[in-house]
Amino acid sequence: MAATLQSSPARQPARRRPSRLARRERNWGLVFLAPWIIGFCLFFAAPMLASLVFSFTNYNLLKPGETSFIGLENWRRMVNDPNVRQSLGVTIRFLLVSVPVAMAVPLGLALLVNSRYLLGKHIFRTLFYMPMMVPIVAGTMIWQGVLNTQSGWLNRILGALGLPGPDWINNPHLVIPTLTLIGIWGIGNTMVIMLAGLQNVPTELYDAALVDGAGPFYRFFKITLPLISPVIFYNLVLAMIGAFQYFLQPFVIWSSTNGAGPNNASLFYMVNLYREGWAYYQMGYASTLAWAMFFVALLVTVALFATAKRWVYYAGEK
Amino acid sequence: MVIKANKMVGERRIAPSSALARQMRRMLLVGSITLFATMIVVAYLMPMGYAFNTALRGKNIETDAPFWPARPATYTYQGEEYDIYIVPTEQGEQRWALIKKGREKSTFIDPENPETPIEWNGRWRTLDRVWTFSPQWQNFKESWNTIKFGRLFLNTFAIAFIGMVGTVVSSTLVAYGFSRFRIPGKSILFMILMGTIILPPQVTLVPTYTIYTRIGWTNTWLPLLVPHFFANAYNVFLLRQFFMGIPREMDEAAMIDGAGPLRTLISVVIPQAKPAIIAVSLFHFFWAWNDFFGPLIYLTARRDLWPISVGMQAFNALYASQPHLVQATTVMAMALPLLIFLLAQRFFMQGVVMTGVEK
Repeated sequence: MAATLQSSPARQPARRRPSRLARRERNWGLVFLAPWIIGFCLFFAAPMLASLVFSFTNYNLLKPGETSFIGLENWRRMVNDPNVRQSLGVTIRFLLVSVPVAMAVPLGLALLVNSRYLLGKHIFRTLFYMPMMVPIVAGTMIWQGVLNTQSGWLNRILGALGLPGPDWINNPHLVIPTLTLIGIWGIGNTMVIMLAGLQNVPTELYDAALVDGAGPFYRFFKITLPLISPVIFYNLVLAMIGAFQYFLQPFVIWSSTNGAGPNNASLFYMVNLYREGWAYYQMGYASTLAWAMFFVALLVTVALFATAKRWVYYAGEK
Repeated sequence: MVIKANKMVGERRIAPSSALARQMRRMLLVGSITLFATMIVVAYLMPMGYAFNTALRGKNIETDAPFWPARPATYTYQGEEYDIYIVPTEQGEQRWALIKKGREKSTFIDPENPETPIEWNGRWRTLDRVWTFSPQWQNFKESWNTIKFGRLFLNTFAIAFIGMVGTVVSSTLVAYGFSRFRIPGKSILFMILMGTIILPPQVTLVPTYTIYTRIGWTNTWLPLLVPHFFANAYNVFLLRQFFMGIPREMDEAAMIDGAGPLRTLISVVIPQAKPAIIAVSLFHFFWAWNDFFGPLIYLTARRDLWPISVGMQAFNALYASQPHLVQATTVMAMALPLLIFLLAQRFFMQGVVMTGVEK
């Protein structure tokens, strides 16, 4: 991302243009940017500030007339709220389990469909991408059926193999593995991006490694992985942001508890926020939770960018 | 190191001594890798098979039913229907209809020879029934009517289409502004734009919800449509990248011919950026098809305005005990997106690569 941000000032050929023309260009440019600038003020900047203000009030959707400033009360409450602790734990555990899977599976599939020994590469690529196009609600409902202990296919297959089929949906300990499994249907974009990354790796590097007698493992870890590390990094950031907004799947599967699941095992951060705001109408507190989430997400993103220098390899740099 | 390398090269030269052996080895590799990939693809798409299969199954599924859409085979004898069982006899297995059930002894009819009932010694409960393939196509009709699928479908389509027009038009304008004009502070503006990607939408949620409630927009589509007319960071980024790759000489030529900036955008830049614009349109379309949280909170009181996502979720919660209807809706919901994808996948994959790799 950083590389492209710097590229815009590079194009400045004619400096001696009359200033009237420059002004005209600037005005036209601002006209074109206007939709975004207006939208940014209306839908980002103003609501963000308002939300920060709300986080210091007891604003309740049912009693808007009684709204007053309560100082840091919401923030204090948040620190001691067991649901917040639970939701942070669930979200972080899910991140730790699902992100490695959401990186390794698409990488493996990208390597597979990039193999020169594979017949019908194009068909395989399409088929592996296809579930990405299934509407997420529909996909979640399909998986819910597949994982059903009575009529689902997964436990039938496990049973046929003589293995015991666990209760994927109702066992609180299996909530995170189950959601990770469902997430495998959402790896299409990552696979395509990694595939493009793999195809951009210059073949001379592999040829040189072959001449040096490097085995497939050496080639993978010393050439392939470093060269596609920017793609991995980009996806890591997106996955992290995604986990804090994770809502739909638990909400569909455990709809009777508003997505909280057995023993609050799927009380994701966003599920908890939705519950506080739209089930208990505590909008002031929901704003506090949203801002806290923003801080945490920002912190993790900054931390990721800080470590990026150590392991993300950009071909253009030294 | 050098010695080792030489050794390796030597080995390579010796091992596949003839061209035939090398070709054999290659074919073996191709075969096994393709087979491996096929197995993985089958496992990966297994849930889709489950959905289709379940969508065609009957309402009451008996415990001894096979996994495919089946019903017990029957034989009509003297106006009554009787189940057909597989009966082991001295002449091998027979397929007979059970007409009189007894504990130790039962009466069967051979459909080939219905005149003479056959007495069979043994417990009929130990016998397996014969099943015939019978897909229940009416499941689709039933769930279509129950969920009012046509309405949901039209709503989704309208929301996706209007938002798509909004985001394509506004993002194109903004991307053009970012790619072609010298504006003071442009790089800072662009950085802010990209920063909005990392911003969790929840941070703005409560105030926007409050404002929409105040101005009477809740329980209308407006909250789901209007924001898309103000451009979006992903789309602007993708389009800007694409526009920057289009040579400037062409729009300068147009300008010299007297075309204004808007004219240049429409007649020079846009025609060359078709793949990116199609990608942005498709992305938005699929995004809207999936959008759940917005409709969930803004359309609570207006079922008739719901899109597919929320409608299906509500249906799923109510009809969990009827998997055949639930899966019939999932099959119907994924049919159109899959069709669009198969027709337009080239643009799709290109767009994904454009947004993902160039960062």
